[in-house]
Amino acid sequence: MPAETDDAFARSPWMAFLMSISVAIMFRGCWQWMLLVCLLSFPLFAAAQSESATGQSARLSDGAAQSLLTRLAEARNPAKPAVIDEIAMSGDARARGWLEAFSASKLARLKDAERFLIIDNNRGREWAVSDALSGESAGKVSRRDLKTLRSNNSLRGHIDGVLSMIDLSSPDAEVRLAAARGLRGSVDEAMAERLPSLIEQEGDDAIRATLEEGLAIQQLEANGDPAALDTLSGSLNAAAIAAINGAVASDDPQLAQAAKVALAGIEQNLQLNSGLETLYFGLSLGSVLVLAAIGLAITFGVMGVINMAHGELIMLGAYTTWGMQQLLPGQPGLALLLSIPAGFLVAAAVGIVIERSVIQHLKGRPLETLLATFGISLILQQLVRTTISPLNRIVVTPEWMSGSLMINEALSLTLNRLYIIGFALFVFAGLMLIMRRTRLGLEVRAVTQNRAMARSMGIKATRVDIMTFALGSGVAGLAGVALSQITNVGPNLGQNYIIDSFMVVVFGGVGNLWGTLVAGMSLGLLNQFLEPWAGAVLAKIVVLVFIILFIQKRPRGLFPQKGRAAEG
Amino acid sequence: MNKKIAAAMLSACVGFSLANVAQAEEGPIKVGILHSLSGTMAISESTLKDTMLMLIEKQNEQGGLLGRKLEPVVVDPASNWPLFAEKARELLAQDKVDVIFGNWTSVSRKSVLPVVEELNGLLFYPVQYEGEESSENVFYTGAAPNQQAIPAVDYLMNDVGVERWVLAGTDYVYPRTTNKILAAYLKSKGVADADVMVNYTPFGHSNWQSIVSDIKSFGSAGKKTAVVSTINGDANVPFYRELANQGINAEDIPVVAFSVGEQELSGIDTAPLVGHLAAWNYFMSVDSDTNYDFIDEWIDYTGKEDAVTNDPMEAHYIGFNMWMEAARKAGSVEVDAVKDAIIGVSVPNLTGGYATMMPNHHITKPVLIGEIQDNGQFSVVWQTPSTVAGDAWSDYLEGSKDLISDWRKPMECGNYNVVTHSCGAQQSVATQ
Repeated sequence: MPAETDDAFARSPWMAFLMSISVAIMFRGCWQWMLLVCLLSFPLFAAAQSESATGQSARLSDGAAQSLLTRLAEARNPAKPAVIDEIAMSGDARARGWLEAFSASKLARLKDAERFLIIDNNRGREWAVSDALSGESAGKVSRRDLKTLRSNNSLRGHIDGVLSMIDLSSPDAEVRLAAARGLRGSVDEAMAERLPSLIEQEGDDAIRATLEEGLAIQQLEANGDPAALDTLSGSLNAAAIAAINGAVASDDPQLAQAAKVALAGIEQNLQLNSGLETLYFGLSLGSVLVLAAIGLAITFGVMGVINMAHGELIMLGAYTTWGMQQLLPGQPGLALLLSIPAGFLVAAAVGIVIERSVIQHLKGRPLETLLATFGISLILQQLVRTTISPLNRIVVTPEWMSGSLMINEALSLTLNRLYIIGFALFVFAGLMLIMRRTRLGLEVRAVTQNRAMARSMGIKATRVDIMTFALGSGVAGLAGVALSQITNVGPNLGQNYIIDSFMVVVFGGVGNLWGTLVAGMSLGLLNQFLEPWAGAVLAKIVVLVFIILFIQKRPRGLFPQKGRAAEG
Repeated sequence: MNKKIAAAMLSACVGFSLANVAQAEEGPIKVGILHSLSGTMAISESTLKDTMLMLIEKQNEQGGLLGRKLEPVVVDPASNWPLFAEKARELLAQDKVDVIFGNWTSVSRKSVLPVVEELNGLLFYPVQYEGEESSENVFYTGAAPNQQAIPAVDYLMNDVGVERWVLAGTDYVYPRTTNKILAAYLKSKGVADADVMVNYTPFGHSNWQSIVSDIKSFGSAGKKTAVVSTINGDANVPFYRELANQGINAEDIPVVAFSVGEQELSGIDTAPLVGHLAAWNYFMSVDSDTNYDFIDEWIDYTGKEDAVTNDPMEAHYIGFNMWMEAARKAGSVEVDAVKDAIIGVSVPNLTGGYATMMPNHHITKPVLIGEIQDNGQFSVVWQTPSTVAGDAWSDYLEGSKDLISDWRKPMECGNYNVVTHSCGAQQSVATQ
């Protein structure tokens, strides 16, 4: 045994005891015991932490570290958690790096050597590695020569637990809070003994409450403690609810009754939250529909051009986002923001080309326009397939758009969709401004209401056509930028949205932007409220049947155009 | 790349020329490739076309087969199921190909099936499928349900301790049949109906919010829950994104997928997916020298350093080698001779073992369970101790469990009922 570890033995008499238990347990492969050891050793983690803060971190000799890692590599899966605990307990500053690398399957050995390596980059055929013990870069190694230590979900879970134990004594409150949240529902007896003193030491109210809740879950499950039930009543945490559910079935009638009362209160709250969640889902689906349809509301609704290539203009917007991210590697957020104008311009430019080359020659012939633009849509798809790739492209979601915004334990709003709702409203408001407050908007309305009259008043109708079509196409490009964040970026992207877009525009009333907004939102809500009880397939069918019936009754949609314009 | 396509097209054109027809017997051996190069399935199928071209090119460099050159005949059925049947007819009747490698979706295979049987062709089908089928003219080199779905469920049940199951799939024949088999299997293992949730979604479904939220609440009942996903193609990306955004990670509710491979992952940002599972018979990350050599060849052929290999590519590799081995054994590429010779043929697979063609036209395969890693590859966490032979007729479905398939003489029957001792007995309900 090397000197450093001997010191550790001398310093803490019960460390030796722990080590011996841990070794004994390793051979028995008993999970609960392992966790117990891991929890009992908590003060040691704390000690290791404070030591590293003062720069006197324990450091295993290379021989000891090598033998620990060798045992990790050679132990069978059920015995690995014990070795993981031992590595964590070693107090070595490198331990966290080893465990994190192992957790990500990035700890490896050379096939014919003992040396341990941490893989820094595991893409391609040659992998960049560094030495696990010295931390120095070891150049590139062919993956043929590496034998990776394979981790799996349960080992990863164990490592997460071990690391969050260490994190509970972190000086950073946010790290402690995350660790405390992670421990809820997985507290066991040994930890329950340690928790009260930890709660006492904890200065932050939120963390203390979380730890108390974690402790109460354990108390309720293990001892049926009525005081714990009081702490938990009103909690929306899934583990807490599961614990209360368990208490309802308890033998103690008093406790069971109290649990029932607590559960009734929680369930009411849960129902409210799930109603709000469905509302959010509906609004989010609605905003996607509005985004996809609003460009069409201009080209089809205002100009009367049936543009089957609308979906492909959306696709081009999404590919622009991908292209931007390729141009600005490592800055997905900035690339996404820049794609908003870029996606608009690309789609608008393609829109102009389509309008000049095909649509202007087919004025007033809707059937031919339909067929011609359908052909264009196929051409655009195949163009992307042959020039870029038939495979989907990766569009990275920036950090600030991933995850969700937690309102409470039972209700979190996914951030990417929240941004898209905002973006849809922003685009809608922008379009309304253009149509109502600018000269272009005025001219567009004039030309669509009475082309001949508008021309005789000196409006260049051809120019207005181009501008309108470019505007509608550009907005489709914007939709593509947004959709790249929630769906595949591939050649088929547009096809999935074209039918929905037409549906929304027709339902809302052709030629009416407000109608498109209301129609998109209400179809989204209707779909999401139907889905939980009808299933996704049936919900879609029901929505379509509803629209067919509605159009029978009101052929001009929700908000028909009034006046003489409607006659034309 | 384009050069190669052009070359293939050119050779296809040459196939029409009279001079060639006159000396068909002495000319090259024609290999038909029936994969969509345009339309929705091009995403998956065009790689298989390239795989075949690579294998043929390599074989020609080594002197061809039986002293003759191999000549690829590429057609594009454009993801259009009826067109598959027409193109298959064109390959067999006009181009007179000796063998066809092709198809991806089950519906396209069903469309080609009568044509291949009528014109007595050979079809090698490389994709995992729902089973409940056996044709004299088709060789199934992909996995049957007992080579993918059932072992995956066994792994989750025994090694992960899963007690509650979500069977989520796209609404078409493969997921419906697979889920029917899985539901029957789970029931036979004593899983209560209340612990199984079945969910179907349309093709290309992109709004997963409420389904993921349902899965989340289904999984919070205190029992370990897993999702068995037969969700197809493009719908997977938004599904996994929604999972990650709603905070479900693989340690809480693992998702095991049967249609997500390296190629699908190459279009996804995999960081939030780490730990989710897939069951296949091959992973690109498999540590074997034949595999590394195959990957090197593939990267050289495509010229792309980031090109990936996947399970159906391995199936074509095995199928192509089996067909050549059978032709060598029979001394000819004549369909009936190859059909008889191929049963029992063993060739190396890419995972370091051997694949054997069974009498029911399915092959033996190892079953591997892999966890997704952040580099878009899978890390193998479990595998069957030995290879598993494909079963054409599931043992867990009424009407199918009594059927066996054996194309050797004297039985020569694809659906022999062992109870009534008759061939051509009632087909399984699942294939209707």
